[in-house]
Amino acid sequence: MKPAVLTGEYFMTGDVACAEGALAAGCRFFGGYPITPATEVAEHISGRLPDVGGTFIQMEDEIAALASVVGASCAGVKSMTATSGPGFSLMMENLGLAICTETPCVLVNVQRAGPSTGLPTQGAQGDMMQARWGSHGHYELIALAPSSPQDIFYQTIDAFNLSETYRVPVLIMTDEMIGHLSERVVIPEASKIKTVSRPRPKGRKDRFRPFEPGPNGIAPMAAAGEGYHIHVTGLTHDARGYPVMTVEAQEWMMNQLMGKIRNNLDDIIRTETYRLEDADIVIVSYGVSSRTSLAAVDEAREQGIKAGMLRLVTVWPFPEDQIRRLAPRVKGFITVEINLGQIHLEVERCAAGKAPCFLVGHPGGTIITPEQVIEAVKEYF
Amino acid sequence: MGFWRVPFDSHDIQVTTGIVHILEDRCKGCGYCIEFCPRKVLEFSTRFNAKGYHPPAVVKPDDCVNCHFCEIICPEFAIYSVEAPLDPSALPVTEAA
Amino acid sequence: MNPISKQAKHPLDDLLRTDRIPHIWCPGCGIGTAFSSCLIAMKESGIDLEKTVMVSGIGCSGRGAGYVNLDSYHTTHGRAIPFATGMKLANPELNVVVFSGDGDLFAIGGNHFIHAARRNVDLTIVCVNNFNYGMTGGQVAATTPHIAKTTTTPMGNPETPFNLPLLAYASGASYVARWTILHARELMESIEEALMNRGFSFVEILSPCPVNYGRRNKEKALDTLKIYQDRTLIRNDAHPWELEIDFDKGIILGKFVETERPTCTDSYDNVCRPKELLEEAKGPKQ
Repeated sequence: MKPAVLTGEYFMTGDVACAEGALAAGCRFFGGYPITPATEVAEHISGRLPDVGGTFIQMEDEIAALASVVGASCAGVKSMTATSGPGFSLMMENLGLAICTETPCVLVNVQRAGPSTGLPTQGAQGDMMQARWGSHGHYELIALAPSSPQDIFYQTIDAFNLSETYRVPVLIMTDEMIGHLSERVVIPEASKIKTVSRPRPKGRKDRFRPFEPGPNGIAPMAAAGEGYHIHVTGLTHDARGYPVMTVEAQEWMMNQLMGKIRNNLDDIIRTETYRLEDADIVIVSYGVSSRTSLAAVDEAREQGIKAGMLRLVTVWPFPEDQIRRLAPRVKGFITVEINLGQIHLEVERCAAGKAPCFLVGHPGGTIITPEQVIEAVKEYF
Repeated sequence: MGFWRVPFDSHDIQVTTGIVHILEDRCKGCGYCIEFCPRKVLEFSTRFNAKGYHPPAVVKPDDCVNCHFCEIICPEFAIYSVEAPLDPSALPVTEAA
Repeated sequence: MNPISKQAKHPLDDLLRTDRIPHIWCPGCGIGTAFSSCLIAMKESGIDLEKTVMVSGIGCSGRGAGYVNLDSYHTTHGRAIPFATGMKLANPELNVVVFSGDGDLFAIGGNHFIHAARRNVDLTIVCVNNFNYGMTGGQVAATTPHIAKTTTTPMGNPETPFNLPLLAYASGASYVARWTILHARELMESIEEALMNRGFSFVEILSPCPVNYGRRNKEKALDTLKIYQDRTLIRNDAHPWELEIDFDKGIILGKFVETERPTCTDSYDNVCRPKELLEEAKGPKQ
């Protein structure tokens, strides 16, 4: 029987690395549904979970898959599902349920070209705005974008930790290229992996209010069957968890849901910079496109162009401050993404006219090449 | 209580009686308890409760046999019965062992 | 004279969130009775109430979860069953009860119902069937009788309703029963049996919806209960295919299926878990 943390060096695909990262993070429930190119996450984890005392179930559709994940998390178990575009669309309602009930869970979207059935076996980055706004209503959530199988291993652990800390669903917005790419993945010793679990209640069970925020703005979470007699609902609710159909309750609840993310941006937002200190031209990128951009930055520098990269590890919440600080001092931004302009819109919004913003995009199905980025750099600047 | 056939042990058995308790402000006047009480113990009162409904009133308290049907049919958790204490004077005299 | 007390404590008050009573259900609505029967059954069955969880969907019946003083989850429309499945698989020690309505469980939630029954997930499904979508004003449902009037079938329902016990039986449920709220005593016992049954248990409860369904079909609440009294027949040996909803022929009530077969968790443990872990869980051999 293999342990949860498979310490060692491997040559594995992004999907498999994601599954291993989940196990290392303490994930013990996976409710899934097959969809290219995310199927391998489910396939791999279905064989691994029984070994570590976890449970796998392939549900009847993606709606049920995410519902089962939210249910398992409410029972106190770290839970995850993985899907792609069409399944992601189906999961939107229950994503809203997880957000409103502050239930931690991880949702992996191995993006493929859309819309609709699109190109099932070919990657893209076209669901980024949907990640932010796909469910109805207004809310905050966290979305990460890994750029390699090694990266997805660690980001999956981070996703669980963020999810448990902030009691919010965390999306891993990867893509088919990373999902199906085999690369070297080093899995460290279990002792080197830090995992976090949801804050636990203290004090009298009969006085416990399930949505009363603690001193850090986040409510401790009781699991089902522990005797706290909690009521959890997707209706607008108060600190007791009771549905309250008033404007005041809506304002209070929204404040809670938004505040716990917006007040902790320093902890949640992770970005990486590459040769950005003296850069004139900032290439903003994430996921597989950040690998393209890395090569483009180096090539540009060779040709005497002072380019640098801002790699978004956390795509949502969007690192507005960083763009706002860069805009006055740089010549411009180029967003490189495999879609026709989604994060580009955010960059443009935050640059607020202080620097021109351009897009190197693609409708999907293949990666953007460094040459295309260099051409754009030369054309626009 | 009238019987159409007198049971053999009618002298030894004391028929259970019940006391009906009504949580008036929970009642919504549906009338189920009144309609389905097997002994017709309840009727609509003329009083209004806090929400403007007419809760039931016990009009034949001695006829209640503590069957609990009002309690289990009520959708509002507004009525229940408890067993009335036995009437000591009616207990049979036990024969010496 | 009997005491009419304003401070009296109803026997079920310890299981209710009394700070939310009176509840939102209409005068004459059968959900209150069905819910009450469910709570009594939970108490009488002797199951560990601290480990008992109620999960509901959206609709009038779905509001039930909000009134029980236990861990309760009011989830999305139609998805109570997969949510409950995830919960049960994550912690098999929980007693998970799904209390929801016919529209929620069988229209939008139909797919989830049949799969959970197929898997024999150890859940107890208490379905209040009031023949329409009550919360939204009385639209036609998959369980609305033929010709009945609803807001989306103003000329009468052209469709015929599901035979829910047959659907449950065909999908593999291990306990199937149907009662009405008038048959409250049998209902309580049936829910108790359903709770004790290991596997997917289903209890259908016919209920009046006086303000929406009843009003449009010229049935006051008491009229509906009279129909339940006059036009139903208890036949515990009936085969599920005889149980169609036809008030002219008469509705058959009773307990129709009570079997045992390995539950979802049993099968997963036997087939998927490594033998060593199962041995460990059982403890050292004596």
